[in-house]
Amino acid sequence: MGDVRNDWQPRDVGDVSLSKTMVLNLGPSHPATHGTVRLVVEVDGERVERCDVDVGYLHRGFEKECEHSTYNQVIPYADRLNYVSPLINNVGWVLAVEHLFGIEVPPRTQYIRVMLSELSRITDHLTCLGAASMELGAFTVMLYLMQAREELYDLIEAVTGARITVSYMRVGGLREDLPEGFKEELLRRFEIIKKHLADADRLLTKNRIFQDRLSGVGVIAPDEAIAYGLTGPVLRASGVNYDVRKVFPYSGYENFEFDIPLGAKGDNLDRFIVRFNEIFQSMRIAEHAMRKLPGGPICVDDPRVIMPAKDEVYDSIEGMISQFKIVFAGIKPPPGSIYFPVEGGNGELGFYVVSDGTGQPYRVHVRPPCFLAMGIFGPLVEGYMIADIVPCFGLMNMIGGECDR
Amino acid sequence: MNELIGLAVVLLKAVLVLGAVLNLALFVIWVERKGSALIQNRIGANRAAIFGFDFAGLLNTLVADPVKALTKEDFVPPGSSRFLHALAPFLAVFPVIIAFAVVPFGPPLRVAGQEIRLQLADLNAGILFMFAFLSLAVYGTVLAGWVSQNKFSLLGGLRASAQMISYEITMGISIAGVLAAYQSLDLHHIVELQSGTVAGVLPRWGIFYTPFNWLAFILFFVAVMAETKRAPFDLPEAESEIVAGYFTEYSGIKFLLFWLGEFAEIVVASAMVTVLFFGGWQVPYVEVASSALGPLIGALVFGLKVAFFCVLQVVVRWSLPRFRYDQLLGLSWKLMLPLALLNLLATSAYIVWS
Repeated sequence: MGDVRNDWQPRDVGDVSLSKTMVLNLGPSHPATHGTVRLVVEVDGERVERCDVDVGYLHRGFEKECEHSTYNQVIPYADRLNYVSPLINNVGWVLAVEHLFGIEVPPRTQYIRVMLSELSRITDHLTCLGAASMELGAFTVMLYLMQAREELYDLIEAVTGARITVSYMRVGGLREDLPEGFKEELLRRFEIIKKHLADADRLLTKNRIFQDRLSGVGVIAPDEAIAYGLTGPVLRASGVNYDVRKVFPYSGYENFEFDIPLGAKGDNLDRFIVRFNEIFQSMRIAEHAMRKLPGGPICVDDPRVIMPAKDEVYDSIEGMISQFKIVFAGIKPPPGSIYFPVEGGNGELGFYVVSDGTGQPYRVHVRPPCFLAMGIFGPLVEGYMIADIVPCFGLMNMIGGECDR
Repeated sequence: MNELIGLAVVLLKAVLVLGAVLNLALFVIWVERKGSALIQNRIGANRAAIFGFDFAGLLNTLVADPVKALTKEDFVPPGSSRFLHALAPFLAVFPVIIAFAVVPFGPPLRVAGQEIRLQLADLNAGILFMFAFLSLAVYGTVLAGWVSQNKFSLLGGLRASAQMISYEITMGISIAGVLAAYQSLDLHHIVELQSGTVAGVLPRWGIFYTPFNWLAFILFFVAVMAETKRAPFDLPEAESEIVAGYFTEYSGIKFLLFWLGEFAEIVVASAMVTVLFFGGWQVPYVEVASSALGPLIGALVFGLKVAFFCVLQVVVRWSLPRFRYDQLLGLSWKLMLPLALLNLLATSAYIVWS
């Protein structure tokens, strides 16, 4: 693994008919490059000599679009960043804006946000592990994990009304409270998920073929991982204990007890196992949040960010003006800037927001964990085989929407 | 006159065998689609239906899929030879079906004082014939990879040739000991030898014929599964790595022919395992060959045994992840080949001293 490179053009190999290597174009639409990415691979037989990663095929101008939207209008866009864990993006965005305002949401909202973040993290990890195992030929395990994910999507749908495009968080609170009997439903479905995970464990993690495919492949040393700015399960698989939830607790994460699974070698198997174990830790947090869920309001009592009650809007001129201003001009945080990180499914998901005091952000920047993970990907797979690109890529869990924004 | 009758019998058997292989292959496709759905808690093929009846997906796999494939565009990549492009799927199917000619599927039939063997070609080196034709199937794969003008196809073809050549050696050596024990290459004779019991308890099937044949069976079964190029040995067509491998550039009926070849190979592999290790048409503890209904019962039992091994291969295919290229070759050359040689040695020693 050499220096960080920023050129993606394949090396000039001169007369192609005489060269020993072959340039192979994996993607942008290749079965393994879900999320639309192009890998230009120079192969010598089956061995990868050089790999260049070309990202940006899913660029939709998220950051620019935010500058023309009110702060609450950004929430649906944020869903589409990491579309396998949309609730975490929601939480990250609203927390960044709330910190600009300097407001803190009621404890009940904090607990619900934590619980939903963890559900989203589980869906993220299940998708990643499922896709990775499917690409290794274990199609059955993928479908078992998708069934487990379906249970969670049902739960999320019960709360937010949507499976993926949730748009549930609001600056200063939530759109609405949890439905009746949610706790029992959650606990019941966790049992089903645990059964599916036990199946997956028996079929994959204890399978010799699977272990041989993953162990010792794509090794990232701890110092390398830090140098490349990796975060999340990929970093923790290399043995670096960094989790935003523990290091910079937000939304009351300091009140929850959970462990950070760490890897030892930093290879693909460690990445798989770290994610697998994180699912159980997330379930632990979510269960804890539901058991200890405090009562009270779900929104802050702050007319700057929360719309007045409906009877106030209809019966008083102040209420109506307040509603009108929030809908049309948007909520207006004081001028200033903030960088706020949350622990996304793939690592540190940071929102950098600059406010000029108007209803629309002056500038938004997202720190996507996948984008930085793609930085190490090229050097990572060099020297391994074509077949190793697939699990390496799968376990990085590159999500196009988040990486390309 | 006698020659004419003989010709008619051979033709009848040819039609029967061809029909049986193709139908069994289609049956395996159906098992694959519905069985994998069963394993994965899905519903499986159910779109094609007449008046709401989909006949458990049979309509889909037996009628709708072939008709759809026949009406698809026959795409030939620019720059490749149309003839060679069409030859490749043919080469993948034809030798596999031919290989079935030497498989005895029932005890001899006695009609009007004449003995008719339920076997299309009664060759005294039947097993060698089978091996030869199964080896030919690799040419279809390699040709497809070569002629497609596609890098993914080329990689698939390369993988297929390396894999099939490596496993063929293991396959051949793993049954060398078994054949030495039978002292015959004639498949009909081999099945006849497997009647009766060993020590009065176990049926005298190939797997119990010598104390080491179970090892030969495991090696042979794994090698033969690698020959069929299905998971965990589906590297030549690993869809997540090299798109669809050697048949990336094939569409319509040509693509389906590759598929049919693959499934016919499963049937032939199961038939080989049945004949060599599981008594062919022999029923344990019962002498079927002597009874009047023998041929019918024998053929039925043989079909059931073959179906069992087909289903077993489908179950394996949907349970295990894929090997990597180097691991696959390592398994063949470093583990299975030495074991096969050891098995040959042990079996030979057993034969000599017992």
